[in-house]
Amino acid sequence: MNARLRRNGFAWLLLLPSLLFLLLFTFYPIALTLRLSLFQADLSTPEPVFTGLDNYRTMFQDEVFRKVMGNNVLFALGTVPLGIALALLMAVFANKALHGRGFMRSAFFYPTLIPMIAVANIWLFIYTPEYGLMSRLLSWFGVNDINWLGTPGLVMWAMILMIIWKEAGFFMIFYLAGLQNISKELYEAAHVDGVGRFTVFRKITFPLLMPTTLFVSIVALTNAYKLVDHLMIMTRGGPNNASNLLLYYIYETAFSYWDQGMASALTVVMIAVLLLIAAVQFFGLDRRIHYN
Amino acid sequence: MRKVNVTVMAAALGMSVLAGCGNNTNTNNNNAAGNGSGTGAGEAAAAPAGNGTKTELTYYYPIAVGGPLTATIEAMTADFMKENPDIVVKPVYTGSYADTAVKTQAGVQSKQPPDVAVLQSTELFSLLDMDAIIPLDEFIAQEGGDTYLSDFYPAFMENSQTEGKTYSIPFQRSTIVLYYNKDKFKAAGLDPEKPPATWAEMQEYAVKLAGDGKWGLEIPVTGYAYWMLQTFALQNGNNLMTPDGKKVMFNTPENVEGLQYWVDLAAKHKAMPGGVTDWSTVPSDFLEGKTAMMYHTTGNLTNVKKNASFDFGVSFLPAQKQYGSPTGGGNFYIFKDIDKKKQEAAWKFVKFMTETERAAQWSIDTGYVAVKKSAYETERMKAYAAEFPAALIARDQLEYASAELSTHNNGRIVKILSDSVQAALTNELTPAEALQKAQNEADQALASFNK
Repeated sequence: MNARLRRNGFAWLLLLPSLLFLLLFTFYPIALTLRLSLFQADLSTPEPVFTGLDNYRTMFQDEVFRKVMGNNVLFALGTVPLGIALALLMAVFANKALHGRGFMRSAFFYPTLIPMIAVANIWLFIYTPEYGLMSRLLSWFGVNDINWLGTPGLVMWAMILMIIWKEAGFFMIFYLAGLQNISKELYEAAHVDGVGRFTVFRKITFPLLMPTTLFVSIVALTNAYKLVDHLMIMTRGGPNNASNLLLYYIYETAFSYWDQGMASALTVVMIAVLLLIAAVQFFGLDRRIHYN
Repeated sequence: MRKVNVTVMAAALGMSVLAGCGNNTNTNNNNAAGNGSGTGAGEAAAAPAGNGTKTELTYYYPIAVGGPLTATIEAMTADFMKENPDIVVKPVYTGSYADTAVKTQAGVQSKQPPDVAVLQSTELFSLLDMDAIIPLDEFIAQEGGDTYLSDFYPAFMENSQTEGKTYSIPFQRSTIVLYYNKDKFKAAGLDPEKPPATWAEMQEYAVKLAGDGKWGLEIPVTGYAYWMLQTFALQNGNNLMTPDGKKVMFNTPENVEGLQYWVDLAAKHKAMPGGVTDWSTVPSDFLEGKTAMMYHTTGNLTNVKKNASFDFGVSFLPAQKQYGSPTGGGNFYIFKDIDKKKQEAAWKFVKFMTETERAAQWSIDTGYVAVKKSAYETERMKAYAAEFPAALIARDQLEYASAELSTHNNGRIVKILSDSVQAALTNELTPAEALQKAQNEADQALASFNK
């Protein structure tokens, strides 16, 4: 008993510094946010007034809120599976390529190195109607002028494409590391047995990469809720909220409408969504994954 | 070794700052040096000056147009300190207008506001609701009251005043003007000295100038949809809000007609790109020759002048019932919850920054419209205008200009209107539906201010 206490005490002592920081910079602000979300705290109320769940009620009737939630789901569905698939493909390719392996890897990786703000500016130009790169490319195929960022039905897809381009290289790095961890003997054995390439991928590579896939998909899914820098540069959430996302809406509510109560309520929803994603992945998918 | 280097460098820096100040005949070199080198050695140098306590002002300023304006602002504050040795102004560059508003708000909440700041003129009601600023009437009375104010253009003062009080002084202000490509006018058989003066002419010209993958006219939308709608509203009727900032009039028949005209230019007449066009794309389209005309801020004048490879003209926006444009830009505010002495010093600074000659020079340096009538009577402005007459167009249009949309809960109101305008431009809603929706939402957002 005593020994156990001593051992645990030592562990707690080691954890103390990081716990302290977590408390101070994560849990404490979350608690404050939770509290403020129950108050009306906007420009018409100099002192916050307790209103219970009013902010949440208003939120769920808010058309823009429903729109940004929908957009976020579309954004996640659009960027995560495709981004991961592309990353895996690029990793397998960059791992196999005999000539110019280094070049290939850096070519795939370089979009990750560019800051999001710069990326947004580059793609703003790419999507410019008439003389933007995309327009010129499409005009060869006889497709007439498309205003990618100015058309409600297209703007989300334009964003999704850009984010996949930006993120796939980053995820590829994890897959490359994962591929290098898979024992060569497995492949040799498969080769001796004369197993086809596709079966090798399906039966060996893919299952053994599952831990990487889990990790990457958590990062990708949370990124789908965290990446909003590009909106600042490209559309400001427009046209008519067609490209608006939850985090940007929180920013607008807090720092443009100065409605801190509502911004807190929205933040609580955001935290809940992120926690849910993490929970599903850790407690749901994690059990089915084979760690070697 | 490294330590020694740092010391040597600091000393050298201090020397050079002192040497720099040696040129002027001001008796208070020590003070200027103290500010110039910031901390450490500088403060030690400032202390022995010993002429009582100095008033320190923190001054937040944003930069919203191109060019190396930080240096200009810092030179202006240095000049001020030369004239007022008992005041130290610390200029703090705070990014865009939005960033500056956020930083100011954070300061107000933590009871450490800046002493003086340039913020958008439309922040008036938000700052009043936060109880962050003071009325300037007392100071203005010292300067001669209405006579002092009457030198400022009334169109600029509109955003400064509510319920009989004046809360801010115009500094970097703009309006919207029409830029047009004279070469394209000639090519299309139009008189390059006669830009379109009415809505009907504008439509006719824009259609004539469009075609072959080029547009006749572009009006920026992203971020500024409400501002552009104001041009049509003012030309066809009245402004969008009451001066007390508690009511908006979005859904009037005149505004619906104005928005319909705007929507039709793209959807029906194909003279303008459909959907939503970005604020910064429009000037580059104009410079690239992709559009023959554009609506844009006068703040872009210097940029267009520098980069246009063709002959261009600047004119009033076309009129319907009358000419009209909203104003835009930033004003000086002085903050509450600071020392009375600081507020007085801040007023001295505001007055200095907007003096006639300085207002003229600031206008020439930036492309902003000079905020005072007398600035246009100065020699430097006359010389500049003779060389570049377009600089006077925006000033002349001020006669027909009116306040930028500014209400209580301004951030939300602006967003509501901008969303609706975008919905109309992308054909999701008809102009009448869009403006009705905006009206309903805005009424709701303003309800708590009308109790």
